[in-house]
Amino acid sequence: MSTPTTSAPPAINPKLIVPFINSVRQVFATMVKVPTTVERPHLKTQPAPQYDVSSIIGFSGDIVGSVVVSFQTEAAVQIVSAFAGMPIDPNSPDFADAVCELANMIAGSAKKDLGCNASITVPSVIIGRGHSIARLSDVPCLVVPCKTPVGDFAVEVNIKMNKPV
Amino acid sequence: MKLLLVDDSRTMRNIQKKVLAELGAVEFAEAGDGVEALAVIAANPAGFDLILVDWNMPNMDGITLVGKIRETDKKTLLIMATTEAEKSRVLEAIRAGVNNYVVKPFTPEALMEKVKQTLDKAKAPAAAAA
Repeated sequence: MSTPTTSAPPAINPKLIVPFINSVRQVFATMVKVPTTVERPHLKTQPAPQYDVSSIIGFSGDIVGSVVVSFQTEAAVQIVSAFAGMPIDPNSPDFADAVCELANMIAGSAKKDLGCNASITVPSVIIGRGHSIARLSDVPCLVVPCKTPVGDFAVEVNIKMNKPV
Repeated sequence: MKLLLVDDSRTMRNIQKKVLAELGAVEFAEAGDGVEALAVIAANPAGFDLILVDWNMPNMDGITLVGKIRETDKKTLLIMATTEAEKSRVLEAIRAGVNNYVVKPFTPEALMEKVKQTLDKAKAPAAAAA
């Protein structure tokens, strides 16, 4: 009779996650000016992004994978309006543009601190409840939950190093 | 003064415009990528005093754009405004011909400071020669 095996959940590599925590804090303190609390990161267990408005950025080079910045819709509206310095209608093209630029800055700032030679793609945005995003299956997806007075968002980090750091 | 803002994010161009409007009499032109920027430059033979260039853009990125501008124009002031913060990227941009470099995210004060610094530095040799 074989003994059932239980596999331990993959460990969170702080070298991969801390740069994103720092970049969220930096971007929000510098350009958004909305107080943001970063909560304890955890492993993602569901395939769908955390919320309804998601911006995706790909990594290539020494780091491969993707980062998704996913917002509650109302939080996204308030946050991008604060970032742009003017009210932004969620139905206008400026809404997706501003969400993408925020994600671009979060991923770009983190990239420097990851200490690797990597490139990031131009971001894209998906809006809609329950959308799903294909990810690397051989590495865990780590979620950095973030809370603001105007609603929640999360940074989902699904990357791996092509060489050790 | 004529400034060209090249960034694929309209939101970012609007933020830059709002900050740099405080320089005084500024006329802005905009482009969403390197290809569009070259067309705007070609359509403005009088040229621009300063061009702010993002790095990561579709169609033609900022570093390629800087190289193309510098093939024929060594004079126009170029500032790279980007999330690319690694030292190797800064050096690559300087080698390509930018006059200054500002990393996103930036405060309004930091952007203004870089632009003023670049304009002042360009004026300095002329003032010394006068």
